[in-house]
Amino acid sequence: MIARFAPAGAPVSIREAFGDALVELGKDNPRVVVLDADLAESTRSIKFAKEIPERFVECGIAEQNMTGIAAGLATVGYIPFVTTFCVFATKRACDQVSISVAYPKLNVKICGAYSGLFTGKTGATHQAIEDIALMRAIPNMTVLEPADAVETRLAVKYAADVPGPVYLRIARDAYPVIFSDEATQASENAGRIKLQLSDIPKAKLLVDGSDITIIALGIMAHAALEACNILFHQGVSAKVLGISCVKPIDQAGILEAASETGAVVTVENHNIIGGLGSAVAEVLGEHYPVLIKRVGVRDVFGESGPDADIARKYGLTADHIVQACREVLEAKESLRLGARPAGGAKATLEPGESREPRVLRI
Amino acid sequence: MEQPAEFSVEQLGEVARRVRRHIVTMIHNSRAGHPGGSLSSVEILVSLFFKVMRVSPEEPGWPERDRFVLSKGHASAALYAVLAERGFFPTSELLTFDAIDSRLQGHVDMTKTPGVDMSTGSLGQGLSAACGMAVGAKIGGRQFRVYCLLGDGETQEGQVWEAAMFAGNRGLDNLTAIVDYNKLQLVAPIAQIMPLEPYTDKWRSFGWSVIEVDGHDFEQLLGAFHRARDTRGVPTVIIAHTVKGKGVSFMEGQVKWHSRPTTDEEFRQAIREINVLSEDGTGCGTSPCGTITPIISGQGRGGGL
Repeated sequence: MIARFAPAGAPVSIREAFGDALVELGKDNPRVVVLDADLAESTRSIKFAKEIPERFVECGIAEQNMTGIAAGLATVGYIPFVTTFCVFATKRACDQVSISVAYPKLNVKICGAYSGLFTGKTGATHQAIEDIALMRAIPNMTVLEPADAVETRLAVKYAADVPGPVYLRIARDAYPVIFSDEATQASENAGRIKLQLSDIPKAKLLVDGSDITIIALGIMAHAALEACNILFHQGVSAKVLGISCVKPIDQAGILEAASETGAVVTVENHNIIGGLGSAVAEVLGEHYPVLIKRVGVRDVFGESGPDADIARKYGLTADHIVQACREVLEAKESLRLGARPAGGAKATLEPGESREPRVLRI
Repeated sequence: MEQPAEFSVEQLGEVARRVRRHIVTMIHNSRAGHPGGSLSSVEILVSLFFKVMRVSPEEPGWPERDRFVLSKGHASAALYAVLAERGFFPTSELLTFDAIDSRLQGHVDMTKTPGVDMSTGSLGQGLSAACGMAVGAKIGGRQFRVYCLLGDGETQEGQVWEAAMFAGNRGLDNLTAIVDYNKLQLVAPIAQIMPLEPYTDKWRSFGWSVIEVDGHDFEQLLGAFHRARDTRGVPTVIIAHTVKGKGVSFMEGQVKWHSRPTTDEEFRQAIREINVLSEDGTGCGTSPCGTITPIISGQGRGGGL
């Protein structure tokens, strides 16, 4: 039995939810400070600046210094939230994040807004496709990307609660709300999945299914759900897991889903090198090898354009996920029949082609 | 509240002598380290930890202590020696410098060493952290002061000037930076690699009060720290003119002693020179450093930049 999933209601801006969550957190906790490098209007940390100006530190366009200032603030007891774009937070200030923040395990929350390719027609300079790879490779770092406005609010709270450095990746735009939490109005709860603070580090089962598992990071959950519905009409039962914590990743949740379906497709708004797809492949490769295909940016820089056009050109639509799923399912089927999948998914032989495996002689 | 210990200038000189012996011995023992820039910063560090800063060796994490950031994190041997002399940990531990499992890392690590307030080693980052501590004190209405020691070559890093602009614009008068201006960097003199002059003008134009001193003269250093504490509305930078390798004749002013261990013979000579200086009446004489047996050689694998 496949549950179809179609959340109701208008999309809600993730960055506005981020700004609101910072204010809510700051009012609750006097140790919270917010830092900005002249992007507060875009990241929406401007809301904190207006509500709690005495704990808002404007650093100017100087992300390296901002990161170091946050480290210093953390050493004297504050919980600094550094806010800028993903690319500047993680690439411009990478050594500062590593040496001044992560190495001494300081309680700094690095918040990158404008994630992945969907950055409002900025072109490749402002598109973040390496940030997760960089942050994931730094010891002591927790890496988060929420899927909707509700999860964003909880992720901000979770970041504050987790001791030590956190990278929080925030999407620019509005997305359908798929989760509800205790702060959600009861009238809006229909069709939404209940979420608690303790769910943030877990792989969340969005739709159950038995043929294949789609594992989606952050906002790509929406395209994954759309793909799940398309597959449903094609007679494929897809399980969808939503991941908002790439590191540490929920190994048990991933392995359980992989063992139930025997096939996995990952989806991320990031380079397929070093991000969610890599993280999942590492878990599966070491513990339970199954067929896997990674949907994401295929190791190229992006370009300017409307989000929908970008998604189509760079392989981030529901159709791309469906295509990847079909390829993995074909390969799975050919494996079941005892054939070796050639070129990933090809099960039938060309004339003159041998089924004998090619052996490298060393 | 822990008050600065009362030490005379003569006593500070004795401590400096012991610290120099420790530095030379640690680096010889580990076969790695940075003798030049450690020896040039001795009087600055001794002034801070024995006279200027309010610290508590019995409670290194005392929340209201003054903070110190060694932005030139490679001068770790000097800071460890000063911390040990001040009582943060036993001087016997100094010989674990750079060894596996040691609390005394090649570049300073705040999670391992009592008395170290910030991890550093990648140059140019310390002043930013010091700014964060100072702005934290301002936000919280707390009274502690923040001190940050920079290398001269290190100020070629752009991040230093981002921090300088921030501190100047925020008027962080609870922040004092000290530049160990020994005029030499790793490969060659600063004048050849990337000159800093007009140096005081640079800091002034970023909104800092600037004091120039002889960085080996305790009276001048203590006077400068006193002036910095009394300065309101702007941060202060003390440009301390120093000699790289100070106290060991064959290291003084020599680029090659930036990061290099001594041979056994060089080590013996260095210790003899430090002892002779002390017997001239400017140092520690025969006690207690005169009783240290300095030769611990042939250990460690060597290393350095």
